[in-house]
Amino acid sequence: MESRWIASLLAVSLVFGLTSCGKKKGAEQAQEGEVVRIGAVSPLTGPQAHLGKDNENGTRMAIDDANSKGIEIGGKKVKFELVSEDDQADPKTATIVAQKLVDAKVNGIIGHLNSGTTIPASRIYHDAGIVQISPSATNPKYTEQGFKSAFRVMTNDVQQGKVLGEYAVKQLGAKKIAIIDDRSAYGQGLADQFEKAAKAAGGEIVSHEFTTDKSTDFMSILTSVKSRNPDLLFYGGMDAQGGPMIKQLKTLGLRAKFLMGDGGSTPEFIKLSGGGAEGAYSSLPGVPLVAMPGGKAFADKFVAKYGPIQLYAPYCYDAVNVMIAAMQKAGSSDPAKYLPELAKIRHEGVTAQIRFDEKGDIKGGAVTLYQVKKGKWEVLETVTAASAEK
Amino acid sequence: MDIFLQQLINGLVLGSVYALVALGYTMVYGILELINFAHGEVTMMGAMVALAVISALAGSGVDLPGMVIVLLGLLAAIPACMALGYAIERVAYRPLRNAPRLAPLITAIGVSIVLQNVAMLIWGRQYISFPPILPVTRHEIGGASITDLQIFILLLSCLLMAGLVLLVHKTKLGRAMRATAQAPQIAGLMGVNINSIISITFILGSALAAIAGVMVSAYYGLAHYYMGFMLGLKAFSAAVLGGIGNIAGAMLGGLLLGVIESLGAGYIGDITGGFLGSNYQDVFAFFVLILVLVFRPSGLLGERVVERA
Amino acid sequence: MNVLNLKHDRRSAWIAFAVLGIMLAALPFLVDAGLGQSWVRILDFTLLYVMLALGLNIVVGYAGLLDLGYIAFYAVGAYLYALLASPHFGLHLPFWALLPLGALVAGLFGVMLGAPTLRLRGDYLAIVTLGFGEIIRIFLTNLNAPINITNGPQGVNMIDPISIGSFSFNQTHRVLDISIPGVYNYYYLFLALAILIIFISLRLQDSRIGRAWVAIREDEVAAEAMGINTRNVKLLAFAMGASFGGISGGLFAGFQGFISPESFNLMESVMILCMIVLGGMGNIPGVILGAVLLTVFPEALRYIGEFEQYALGRIVVDPADLRMLIFGIALIAIMIYRPAGLVPSKRRRSELVSGPDVLAQEQASFYDTHK
Repeated sequence: MESRWIASLLAVSLVFGLTSCGKKKGAEQAQEGEVVRIGAVSPLTGPQAHLGKDNENGTRMAIDDANSKGIEIGGKKVKFELVSEDDQADPKTATIVAQKLVDAKVNGIIGHLNSGTTIPASRIYHDAGIVQISPSATNPKYTEQGFKSAFRVMTNDVQQGKVLGEYAVKQLGAKKIAIIDDRSAYGQGLADQFEKAAKAAGGEIVSHEFTTDKSTDFMSILTSVKSRNPDLLFYGGMDAQGGPMIKQLKTLGLRAKFLMGDGGSTPEFIKLSGGGAEGAYSSLPGVPLVAMPGGKAFADKFVAKYGPIQLYAPYCYDAVNVMIAAMQKAGSSDPAKYLPELAKIRHEGVTAQIRFDEKGDIKGGAVTLYQVKKGKWEVLETVTAASAEK
Repeated sequence: MDIFLQQLINGLVLGSVYALVALGYTMVYGILELINFAHGEVTMMGAMVALAVISALAGSGVDLPGMVIVLLGLLAAIPACMALGYAIERVAYRPLRNAPRLAPLITAIGVSIVLQNVAMLIWGRQYISFPPILPVTRHEIGGASITDLQIFILLLSCLLMAGLVLLVHKTKLGRAMRATAQAPQIAGLMGVNINSIISITFILGSALAAIAGVMVSAYYGLAHYYMGFMLGLKAFSAAVLGGIGNIAGAMLGGLLLGVIESLGAGYIGDITGGFLGSNYQDVFAFFVLILVLVFRPSGLLGERVVERA
Repeated sequence: MNVLNLKHDRRSAWIAFAVLGIMLAALPFLVDAGLGQSWVRILDFTLLYVMLALGLNIVVGYAGLLDLGYIAFYAVGAYLYALLASPHFGLHLPFWALLPLGALVAGLFGVMLGAPTLRLRGDYLAIVTLGFGEIIRIFLTNLNAPINITNGPQGVNMIDPISIGSFSFNQTHRVLDISIPGVYNYYYLFLALAILIIFISLRLQDSRIGRAWVAIREDEVAAEAMGINTRNVKLLAFAMGASFGGISGGLFAGFQGFISPESFNLMESVMILCMIVLGGMGNIPGVILGAVLLTVFPEALRYIGEFEQYALGRIVVDPADLRMLIFGIALIAIMIYRPAGLVPSKRRRSELVSGPDVLAQEQASFYDTHK
């Protein structure tokens, strides 16, 4: 009995000993001024992998551009390195990955993609003092936690939900509105903001149902929604559910307009809808890329290298560049030193002129509305912050 | 009242898919007393293979009607799943035929994990969309709508189930299968090749699973590597509900479970005053399973099996 | 091997344990120096899984009740801790109250799970427990409307780290001029509790209850005939296993600071089952080995990615994808070739590999083997 104990305990120690000795990692601490490591986190696998890859590509392009420019920080030439991680759009994986990046002592984080992953990870980055810029998380809670290290380059859902709610009632003329959300931080947050705004504009919410960001069968929910005869159905969630949802909506013969937030504003939505996406509406914070200076150049370059832009790649591009700009201004890639510079920076990006308010939100955001016409997303109109005050 | 009819239709369509998959579970359990955990994954593989063929054909610009393309996809999926089912039985279950029950159960879980991950490695983790090649023609009946696809699924399932019942009860092969399920040793003495019969059972079940997989992916418009898990679990619950080992029971169980799930998800909000909603849909299958196993372990149509000392 | 004949040489035994003790105490420092702090974090998780595996070992290994929903008890313990020690409800109870509470509540859930399953055989029991595990996960994901109890798929964030008075385990402390970061603190806490659980498992194994469990596992009808109250003994197995899970869950919540229902899915239950099956069912050293191997292995697999990058210039197969595949293959292979595990107990080896006379008896009544 004892010998087996000793044998297995020795085996355990051997396992650890071997891994300790055999795999000595090189210097983990990036030497200041030589290699600046930027961590990027997005769902590289799973139903949102197409968006995550898009994010990674946008970040990568920014880093490649920066490297080719030969940037100097604090008088020394630097090389930027991308450390990309996959959080599978899952909050639990996000915290594990965040911890990994913190332990690897990166100089900054571009991420995460979803609000549901960005919010828990932000605590880890804040505790470690690493700057985090999210290109796409829109839930207001992210910047309400009081973390000085948390920023985002996309307008949050308070703004987006407001625009959507008013648009639904005023422009689309919907009187009875049904809402479905996927209970994620993003979907629920956006749906709640939408509901508030729609009610304030005079609309009646006839039903509010829930699903998850992994479901594919919405027949029961849609059937019960159909019985309330809504003029419009709003879905707070991502394209991986929105696509099948609108397809099943058409199967059931539910005659209502379909509206989503930025999560549905993708080519994948149209693909997954099996032809049923015609006439659907969605919104995307920011101005259309072609209307921005530098936007067309970015789009052409990106498409040539990586293929069509899915959704947030331009925002990732801007996030990296604003971070690098702050580093240059502070003369250091140490988060503690460039953080104050980032807070008061003014940067011309491809999506907007970037300035942050005291919470880390981007100032003066606009929201653009789109509709699927002939199998493609077409711009309808842009609502600016001036006309829709917080 | 019209949503009742609609939920009923949804439930029956869903239920007929469950029934097709449940048949595979019940046949294998009747012969081997083994829960083939991997069966749901075989269904998924059928869907993925078919979808690969269908996407390739639809994207290549070949001018064939949608139904023909789907048929071709089916023709690719069915032999693939048959081969897969045969391979699983030979590699993972046959060596453990005489081992205590725990071993093949754990092996079955292992096979399920392997299949899921092979599919993930081949096709990736994202949703694969079903090309919009099938026409969506709706009909209105009494306020509810039913599409051609839904009607097709219902009819095909009924046909297949009727065919299976005929096979099992009216042919020599069916007699051999029933004999093996009842008493393998005696059947062996009577000249039945037990190993062949077991292999044929797996092959038949897998073929049905392939068809079910294609139907599910056509119905929902997408397939992905994890779709087999829930489907398999629910189909197994359906088989247990109807009486495991009993073919008619599997069909009844499948249809019943589909309807329970659909009606339940549709009405639970009203029943519980909004506390529970349709997002609890998946829980119904598990609740039904537990209730059945606790109060009537032999299922609705099963015979009571006496626990021998 | 005389040097390992410790039963009769108390002094050797004491020296061996002392060496082991020093090695364990120094381990976080060694690992940090060699591999980096993230590996110390992996070490902490390993200890958590050791505790979980030992808990499941009681249910599956000792009592022979195949539980595929074990992770539900982990979830119960974690959520209990999270809800009572975070801004979610505004409560901040201390960990020394929450851990025993977690064990108690998890134990209750164990009894609740066990009660309806008492009459079920092997495979049906497995399916029902699987169903329970899934039900708990679905409820955790959805209990956020109309009353927000669990905060749904967004999980509970900002959970209080474990602390005793003013000593917070999360912070780095200096002892005798050595800096001890948070992960080390947790390591020692987990190690202490793991040793406690190992001790309890050992005592249970050699107690009347332990033998009753073995009896039920072997032949339930005979055990009943011998006067063992199978109902109570089975429920006790569920309750004890569950309580270990509850304690581990509470520790997990305090350590991670964030929990969500996704951490408690079926794959986790299967993983813990794998640890026991691989290591040696019912055998404590085997179970520990299984837990260590299966926690460290996926992390080590990442180096394949680096190797691929180095040798081939790019990643051909993502090592994270390979991990579950290899597990599945390992499960099948182990059950076919070495069903008793890597470090089996003598008794289990004789159970799972039938001798010729047992085989003959089984084949004589094939359709009668209701094991």
